[in-house]
Amino acid sequence: MSQSDHAAKINWTLLFLGWLLVSVSTTISLFFSSVLEYQPCVLCWYQRICLFPMIFILGAGLFPTFDKSVIKFALPLATAGGLIAFYHTLLYAGVIPENIQPCSKGVSCTEKYFELFGFVSIPMLSFFAFSTIVALLLILKRRTSK
Amino acid sequence: MKYVLVGLSCVLLILAFIAGSSYYKDQQIEKYGFMAEKNAELFVRDHSPTLGSDDAKVYLVEFMDPACETCAAFEPFVKKIMNSNPGKIKLVIRYAPFHDGADNFVKILEAARMQGKYWETLDMMFKTQNIWASHGHWQPERLWEILPQVGLDIEQLKKDMHDPAIAKIIEQDMADVKALDVQKTPGYFVNGKPLQVFGYKQLHQLIQSELDAQYPK
Repeated sequence: MSQSDHAAKINWTLLFLGWLLVSVSTTISLFFSSVLEYQPCVLCWYQRICLFPMIFILGAGLFPTFDKSVIKFALPLATAGGLIAFYHTLLYAGVIPENIQPCSKGVSCTEKYFELFGFVSIPMLSFFAFSTIVALLLILKRRTSK
Repeated sequence: MKYVLVGLSCVLLILAFIAGSSYYKDQQIEKYGFMAEKNAELFVRDHSPTLGSDDAKVYLVEFMDPACETCAAFEPFVKKIMNSNPGKIKLVIRYAPFHDGADNFVKILEAARMQGKYWETLDMMFKTQNIWASHGHWQPERLWEILPQVGLDIEQLKKDMHDPAIAKIIEQDMADVKALDVQKTPGYFVNGKPLQVFGYKQLHQLIQSELDAQYPK
């Protein structure tokens, strides 16, 4: 019994770390838009749509104990967000030419607001967050399907 | 334990957010204070229309757009504060026509200024804004029927509004909008200090604190 208890604890901790990452990302995202007044572009909005609800979905999966159905609900959101972030990162870096980008109105998706250490952009941070969540969820999926 | 961990994380994140915002705001105040000291003409240009005594020690700089609804809503409020502190406040109008086509209304206003009817025209434009700018559907031609009421020669105004001097004023104001990072209208600065949180009460407090500082009792 103690071994499965231990496994349950690890599952809970992994999910908690995922939730923490989502919460920190949301806080930073809101800080950029409402305090620093960076206008989110269209692609940013799509990523936010995937990111923000995960606070509640992952959060709900933590109580009263780890609930593995959280994977089923969160994985599509995290994957979609990750794909958009990947596309956005490429667009921002200039790998995909700007003339095929979908956002012509409002703020340009390649508008440079912020670059940490000179190269870490906002889309890159977003891609990092989403891919970490996807990785965590996949690990949890493997662990719980055994 | 689980609840504590999750709850604590939430509280910490919220606190970090609040601390970050207040730090950023302090930085901004410092930055604008420095700009006001070193570069006063960013706030008041020679071409800027002003209202109130030249001896006033409190300069209320308003970045506005004649077609902006909130600007119209604030006008009576600002006038009321000015009237209750006679001679102490000087209002400076700057233009921030953010929307496409909004500069046309600035041009109309500036052309009215050439006929010496600036404040009357601004007043009338704000009062009738729902007629000529209802829900973003802008109809400058409606103003041709309204503006003769303040004694404007419309034919002359139509000619004057294309004066390149007016275009230059707008260009300069928009450059200052960028320099001062004004993102919304109306944008207020009181003696160089930006209005941090938007609202009637907040603007009143900011003006009052400058009045108290400049006119100690």
